[in-house]
Amino acid sequence: MPGKNAASTRFSGLDELNAENVGGLRVEFTFSTGVLRGHEAAPIVQGDTLYLVTPYPNHVYALDLGKPGAPQKWRYDPKPVAAAQGIACCDVVNRGLTIAGNNIYFTTLDGQTISLDAATGKERWRKQLGNINTGETITMAPFVADGKVLVGNSGGEYGVRGWLIALDAGTGNESWRAYNTGPDSDVLIGPRFAPFYQSDRGKDLGMRTWPPEAWKIGGGTMWGWISYDPDLHLIYHGTANPGPWNSEQRPGDNKWTGGIFARDLATGEARWFYQTVPHDLYDYDAINEIVLLDMPLNGQLRKVLVRPERNGYMYIIDRMSGEVLAADAYSNVNSITSVDLKTGQPTYNPDKKPQLGKVVRDICPASPGAKDWNPSAYSPMTGLLYVPHLNLCMSWESVEANYIAGTPYVGANVVMHAGPGGNRGELLAWDVAQRKPAWTIKEDLPLWSGALATAGNLVFYGTLDGVFKAVDATTGELKWQFHTGSGIVGQPITYRGPDGHQYVAVLAGVGGWSGAIVAGDLDARDPTTAAGIANAVADLPKRTAKGGTLYVFSLPH
Amino acid sequence: MCFRCRTRSGATACGSGFGLTVLMVLLLAACHRENRKFEAPPGSDLAPTQVALNSLVAGQSSAQFREQQRHEYEDSAYHLSEGKRLFSYFNCTGCHAHGGGGSGPALMDDRWIYGGEIDQIYLTIVQGRPNGMPAFGGKIPSQQVWQLAAYVRSLGGYGPKAARPSRDDHLQIPAEQGKQDEPLRTAPAQTD
Repeated sequence: MPGKNAASTRFSGLDELNAENVGGLRVEFTFSTGVLRGHEAAPIVQGDTLYLVTPYPNHVYALDLGKPGAPQKWRYDPKPVAAAQGIACCDVVNRGLTIAGNNIYFTTLDGQTISLDAATGKERWRKQLGNINTGETITMAPFVADGKVLVGNSGGEYGVRGWLIALDAGTGNESWRAYNTGPDSDVLIGPRFAPFYQSDRGKDLGMRTWPPEAWKIGGGTMWGWISYDPDLHLIYHGTANPGPWNSEQRPGDNKWTGGIFARDLATGEARWFYQTVPHDLYDYDAINEIVLLDMPLNGQLRKVLVRPERNGYMYIIDRMSGEVLAADAYSNVNSITSVDLKTGQPTYNPDKKPQLGKVVRDICPASPGAKDWNPSAYSPMTGLLYVPHLNLCMSWESVEANYIAGTPYVGANVVMHAGPGGNRGELLAWDVAQRKPAWTIKEDLPLWSGALATAGNLVFYGTLDGVFKAVDATTGELKWQFHTGSGIVGQPITYRGPDGHQYVAVLAGVGGWSGAIVAGDLDARDPTTAAGIANAVADLPKRTAKGGTLYVFSLPH
Repeated sequence: MCFRCRTRSGATACGSGFGLTVLMVLLLAACHRENRKFEAPPGSDLAPTQVALNSLVAGQSSAQFREQQRHEYEDSAYHLSEGKRLFSYFNCTGCHAHGGGGSGPALMDDRWIYGGEIDQIYLTIVQGRPNGMPAFGGKIPSQQVWQLAAYVRSLGGYGPKAARPSRDDHLQIPAEQGKQDEPLRTAPAQTD
């Protein structure tokens, strides 16, 4: 699975590569995907085969690692509907496939979940879950545990209603479906729901914290990451931004958007919820990765989850109760001045509150957050969480949004620019126990790739202009880099090959929201292009070009 | 200058008060921008067969209708400013931003995937296009589609400059912003 394990640490125990020898890494083989959009997926290796899924048109490839040059074993084309491209807010990405047993699970942009036989590439089942005519797409990597395949929808910018669906891994039949807005019965809130904070208690808050009917088109999608604690039988997933972005059109807390749910994997029942951004003002989706750790805190061993949140705060939450144990700003934040641990409530800065028809300037972080979807890695050797993130601020003008099914439902004009210091990205090594940075690496461009940590005490990540890097996990010192053919927005992995040696793999291929200016041939003379992010990366078309390629590296042997 | 000649019947009244022929000609050209008709002319709903998507046409193509619609809509400040308003109202900005594009292609550049003539853009809006452009046919009155099509062309600098609506510059980022060296205050650590 893309998260490496159910705790989503993205830490590999392989240690053949280390700070001393990583400088000798060289390309073992490459593979062109033939797709020119943003490649956000993690390749997955099982046995002697490497599997990958491309952005739309969502081709799946199996490459034979047992043979020189890793020739193709099979290819599967799901033929998704082309019209789905028109309702993909942030490029036509796919965040990866998942393998459980001998089966592959992946999603298509037009709202399907498909299972394949890993050995042959033959289709086992396919299910249509999303409807493009209501604005629904699917971009996430399915999460698979205990015979269930979990998939949520994308489309928070199109007036969809967010959900998470559990399918039976064997048949594809729906086990349960939980909406993230609406009446308790739809949200799967029942007698076992026990949120820690008062603000999340009450009947049908998913309706009553909205203007009438607004919850039906209120977003709260689930396109990010899920973690699972097999001892507690609980999954943890976020919920994305409420819609429209114009917050004056949806007075109220807009539950259950912008927060984290703990649910029973077997039944989907909600056990607790915590809202990081009640009545979100800035498109701060709460769907980032959730890293499960057992760590001593104030002298007590606690089962916690760590969430580098889009709103710029690093949350440590008791994963049994939903109590927020810590919330510390890890980036430049002026939109939320603090988080009250007694009530769980963030304090929004009144100077930065959007108002209809007014341009509010210099809001930090910008709408992709201090960090977007691209996942962190945690090394138990260093106790550091390696967080690839952004340093962008924005001007925001709320305007009236009109709901027309199948078209955008946004209501804001946004223009982004580099945050303080001028570096648009950063790799942050966050000391989870000390709750402060150990070191940082300033990156000129927004950092949109995932991170990988290894037992060789290395951290791998890639930049938007295509430089793949290995740094020392303790010091952050650059140990090796390689210029790939296109910007990296994918998730690096490492694996032991059939020959017993360690390999590192990453998909290059610029795109995603931050790289859309290149992938979509956009024009930055309009500062609102790509919801305003193109203005912050207007130099990108001169620094990288389109094209999806898998790169696999190893030491000479 | 056109406050002198704002008439429904055209620009024929412009000459009064000016003796110079050269000036009169200039004014005549500029005054088309104030022409307006409040209803779509009969027959302006396009049958798809009338418009070719590309410039290679078997048999002869008729350019007369295209010219007529361009004159009607692209020369008119009223139609273009209505097109600009509708461009936001019908959520075009959600995909195409204000011309630079997003999930949809940029419209202010010089590349046209499905044709950049006003009748081609009209049909693209009405029919939709296979790679994601929704079909708005039956949802938008035909005159408003023509207004949108004319505005889309104006984004790329097509049509007479005198009629084009002004650019929105209020969102532009001042040059000094984002260049400060001092990091922002980050919130102090919370304790539990």
